[in-house]
Amino acid sequence: MELLLASAVGVLTAAGVYLVLRQRTFPVIVGTAFLSYAVNVFLFASGRLAVQQPPVLNDAAAAYTDPLPQALVLTAIVISFGMTAVVVMVALGAYLSSEDDHIDDRPETGDEGAQS
Amino acid sequence: MSHWIILPIVLPAMMAAFIVLVVRHHVVLQRVFSLAGTVALLAIAAGLVIATWDGSIILYQLGNWAAPFGIVLVADRLSTLFVFLTSLLAIFVQLYAIGSKWDTRGRHFYALFQFQLMGIIGAFLTGDAFNLFVFFEVLLIASYGLMIHSGGPERFRVGVQYVVFNLLGSTLFLFALGTIYAETGTLNMADLAQRIAAAPAEHTSGIRAASVMLLMVFAVKAAILPLHFWLPSAYACAPAPVAALFAIMTKVGAYAIIRFYTLIFPPDLEATQGLFDTWLLPAALLTLILGMLGVLGARRLDRLVAFAVIGSMGMLMAAVSVFTPQGIAAALFYAIHSTLATAALFLLVDVVRDRRERNLLTFDLAPPIAGGALVAGMFFAAAIAMAGLPPLSGFIGKLLILDAAMADARMAWVWAIILGMSLIAVIGFARAGSTIFWRAHASEAAYDEGPPPEDEAALAPLPALPMVAIGGILATLVAITVFAGPLQRHLAATADQLFAPEPYISTVLGTPGKEITYKGHADEDHDKDSTARDSHGPENPETPLEEEAH
Repeated sequence: MELLLASAVGVLTAAGVYLVLRQRTFPVIVGTAFLSYAVNVFLFASGRLAVQQPPVLNDAAAAYTDPLPQALVLTAIVISFGMTAVVVMVALGAYLSSEDDHIDDRPETGDEGAQS
Repeated sequence: MSHWIILPIVLPAMMAAFIVLVVRHHVVLQRVFSLAGTVALLAIAAGLVIATWDGSIILYQLGNWAAPFGIVLVADRLSTLFVFLTSLLAIFVQLYAIGSKWDTRGRHFYALFQFQLMGIIGAFLTGDAFNLFVFFEVLLIASYGLMIHSGGPERFRVGVQYVVFNLLGSTLFLFALGTIYAETGTLNMADLAQRIAAAPAEHTSGIRAASVMLLMVFAVKAAILPLHFWLPSAYACAPAPVAALFAIMTKVGAYAIIRFYTLIFPPDLEATQGLFDTWLLPAALLTLILGMLGVLGARRLDRLVAFAVIGSMGMLMAAVSVFTPQGIAAALFYAIHSTLATAALFLLVDVVRDRRERNLLTFDLAPPIAGGALVAGMFFAAAIAMAGLPPLSGFIGKLLILDAAMADARMAWVWAIILGMSLIAVIGFARAGSTIFWRAHASEAAYDEGPPPEDEAALAPLPALPMVAIGGILATLVAITVFAGPLQRHLAATADQLFAPEPYISTVLGTPGKEITYKGHADEDHDKDSTARDSHGPENPETPLEEEAH
């Protein structure tokens, strides 16, 4: 279980970092999605791994799993979902307005004109 | 329990929702409500500053839940100071946005503006590490919208970089928080301070990793080398009022570093030894060098100011990483000064852009701009403040930093780099100012042979409101110069409060609130509904699982 989870976090992070370093927006966005999956699994594990145990405190349960990381993960999922939607829209706007989906900076030429 | 602390967060949130839902088609009403909201915000912030002036710490428990489990807001000298600075800056920036009609060049400017204020102020006031992450996201998602306000291919392209870079920063923040939670079992800052101080010395590797990751996250926000790449293009391409407001965003990173590394990872903590003197101080000095060289090398006026922001953050973090009360006090003074100075410069750059031929910001020759004397004078004053020449506040800030660095072992390095880079900044600003404002007259002489080209924008008289806004910022700079003594005494008291965190911790953890009762009547009712039932209840259900983390 620990091995599975740790390697899942590792593989997701590695894939995410690789994709984020690409030069076009689509792989970069997919990469940030991978990274957010990795961090969600990581957060989930920060309350220790417990299989088939209730996260709610009551007198009837013999053992509990920590409920707080689940709340944290839920928040993180919602935020990363919203952020991914924003970055997709901004990237689409960038692509549609300039017909170019490269994410890297062009050298500063000093002769760019009006921009506002 | 006083409810005043939550008001600076709730008010912009309500105002933003009101603006976007009720008055989204009436730009005049938007201006009125947004400005009125910010003035009210300033009044509340002033009230909070006065309430914490004597060093008292005000606690607000959300939902009345007691501290380690409930989320708390904490107002002390440091946080109220930054809340006040944010609302003051926001008023000037909005006056400029109204006067320059930036707010009509895209939609939902004021709603996003108010959400941005909510995020920034929330980040200053919160006493919970995960809540800090949430407020960071609030301010970031509003800043994404503001960043690409009024559109344009260049702005969108830079916007993508900005969003992606900050998404990566947020991911790293979550990794850091996960590590901290796994190590300590809490995310409340005061509780973290206690538990990390009590952690056994042989089990601190995770804490150390988390503290380094957190420092990197905040360094992204504060644009410390080598995590500064997002800043020059983003600030140069952002609409001017937005760039001016962003001047406080880098300070959010600085605030978080000061807060976390005085309260949770104090300098005498074994686990985080060397983080500041080995890593942060050289990084800050390199940031200073890079920023000022960027000022010298920039080929556009907006990028020049953006690099000046990086340089000023380097200066600020150099003062922080000395890590004495004196250093922190100097850094706070410099933070106030540089926020106002960079905001004024960004707004002035926009005035110049609007008046120059073809909106050029490069250092090519162009005819002089209308009202050039006033704009040039203001640019001169703001540049003097930014470069740290006497008589304005930048000079005092720099003196305080140099004085604080005197105690440090590497004083020679700090002094040499700060003074050398000041010279370079002076040269950079002087070159920019003289090319844009003085050599313009030389180019006018060149036009003597033919009629000068008529340019509507360049000849239009200066609008009053933007000048009032910029003048207001400059007047505030003059005010903090004149009242530098009392301000400095207050900042020294602020720094002393940061280095004596016991009242903070005891206020947060010692204040009683609502608590969870496991064996209440309500629980029995609840149990009847539950289907999965185990007859062997645990002996002590109150023991939280996170205790195992120790």
